[in-house]
Amino acid sequence: MTAPGAAPQSTRRSHPSGTQRAFAERTATTVGRRHVVNRVMVTLTFAAALVATLPLLFILFLLLKEGAASIRPHFFTNMPRPVGEAGGGMANAIVGTLILIGIASAVGLPVGIGAGLYLAERRGTRLATVVRFLSDVLNGMPSIVLGIFAWEFLVRPLGHFSALAGGVALGAIMIPLVTRATEEMVRLVPTALREAALALGYTRWRTSLAVVLRTALPGIVTAALVAVARVAGETAPLLFTAFGNQFWSVSVTQPIAALPLQIFTYAISPYDEWHAQAWAGAVVLLGLVLVISVLARFATRSRFGLGGD
Amino acid sequence: MAPGGAPTAASAQARTTESAAVEAAGAAAHAPRLAALTLEASFGSTRAVRGVSLDFHQGQVTAIIGPSGCGKSTLLRCLNRMHETVPGARVAGRVTLRTDGTAYDIYERGVSPIAVRRQVGMVFQRPTPFPTMSIRDNVAAGLNAAGRAPARAEVDRIVEHALRRAALWEEVKDRLHESALALSGGQQQRLCIARALATEPPVLLLDEPTASLDPVSTQRVEELVYELRAGMTVVIVTHNMQQAARVSDRTAFMLEGELVEVAPTDLLFTTPGDPRTEAYITGRFG
Repeated sequence: MTAPGAAPQSTRRSHPSGTQRAFAERTATTVGRRHVVNRVMVTLTFAAALVATLPLLFILFLLLKEGAASIRPHFFTNMPRPVGEAGGGMANAIVGTLILIGIASAVGLPVGIGAGLYLAERRGTRLATVVRFLSDVLNGMPSIVLGIFAWEFLVRPLGHFSALAGGVALGAIMIPLVTRATEEMVRLVPTALREAALALGYTRWRTSLAVVLRTALPGIVTAALVAVARVAGETAPLLFTAFGNQFWSVSVTQPIAALPLQIFTYAISPYDEWHAQAWAGAVVLLGLVLVISVLARFATRSRFGLGGD
Repeated sequence: MAPGGAPTAASAQARTTESAAVEAAGAAAHAPRLAALTLEASFGSTRAVRGVSLDFHQGQVTAIIGPSGCGKSTLLRCLNRMHETVPGARVAGRVTLRTDGTAYDIYERGVSPIAVRRQVGMVFQRPTPFPTMSIRDNVAAGLNAAGRAPARAEVDRIVEHALRRAALWEEVKDRLHESALALSGGQQQRLCIARALATEPPVLLLDEPTASLDPVSTQRVEELVYELRAGMTVVIVTHNMQQAARVSDRTAFMLEGELVEVAPTDLLFTTPGDPRTEAYITGRFG
């Protein structure tokens, strides 16, 4: 049976019908078009990824360019010095930031992990829904508002600024981050594990802590460290809680210096020397965040348990 | 015990005599170790187990077979009070556990489910070793549950004993401190069995323990179950009739939440009393 049309004969079957050849043609066109579309989409997504990384790369480049010159050993060991004197540093601010994130962790981690565990274990209850909603609201709250909250309850009654107030404000920022992450990591723990523990005679409490939480721990640690890195750079709430301190102070009940505050003070000053120091401070802050993030990655690669990403 | 059906007088008499002999041999004239009486279990409004009465004897393996959804796993989970851990689940009826000369209803008011679960061990369908613990700590996990942790040397002794009983000792004795996840599926399941055995419970429940294992591991677990019955009461739920035939002394057939028939295994599979049992065994459904 002769076939009309210009379609080439298939080698596999003789005399394909008109319908078969038309179908083959259409399929080939579709497949070809799909290849092209695929290529375009891959290129576009690659370009988007590149564009997303560009701001970070710009910032890194700029920071290092401006601030690297001022990074000297004395930057880490010396106190701030008046303009005109060489050798000033940000020792008090660096230590202050570490103290602040320490207080913030002491407040934010237990509350956040506890709340996350509760939300995961008691999912369907009305209280859990309400708590989850409130946690999301807290997450979206501007950090300066949390600073005001800390000011109202910890600065005004005590009559002075303090590291405690700053730490609590930062802790309040950490809470919803840690809660949400803990809840998700705990939910990833299979029900079968919980049942195995219960069947051995574990109480619900013990199951939650010794088995469920322990299994989810690497992911929770990652999330906690990410939250710490996030609050290390928060400035607005510290403006009227920790307030900053030009002298050396490690007291929890006194105003304390912090890297973001010091950077702010130096950046808006009219002195070039201080501007250079501000750049250096930014580099150090970035380095701190980087070290914490690397630690988070390291904690993920544990032998046992579910990892974070 | 074969309710329903219409067997001939001779075979009925033969069955009664044989089953009586088996019962006597297996149970040695003792009352059953575990006895369920008119057990009702439901998930919300769905009745999963309807009025089941079943005895489980010391030194015997009892298999529960039936098509999917017949309630056999639910029945098993009622025996160690695991069913009530599911929200909305309810249980009614009695389950009498006889240990150390005393007998009590595990569902009585004031009886702690934790205490019951320490007497009645369970092995699940999929192996569930605790991923954050080593092999040794996995086996010893049940020992800590009581609150008081024995001395280290004692724990080591218990761990070795349990692993030997589970036929796993030779394979893991050199790597007790490695992660339990490094073991194969069959080894993990035997580890879970060792974990359940470590507390020396008088009753062991197995919920389709070989469902996720390869044939070789399945065989090893079956051999293990068969050996364990000396000194324990073993109940195994399985959807594999051949497994039930290989491993158990008595078999119970369940259908749609009801207990249809229970008899010594060889009798149930060769001369079932109830036509529904016969239909299931010959593969006409399920």
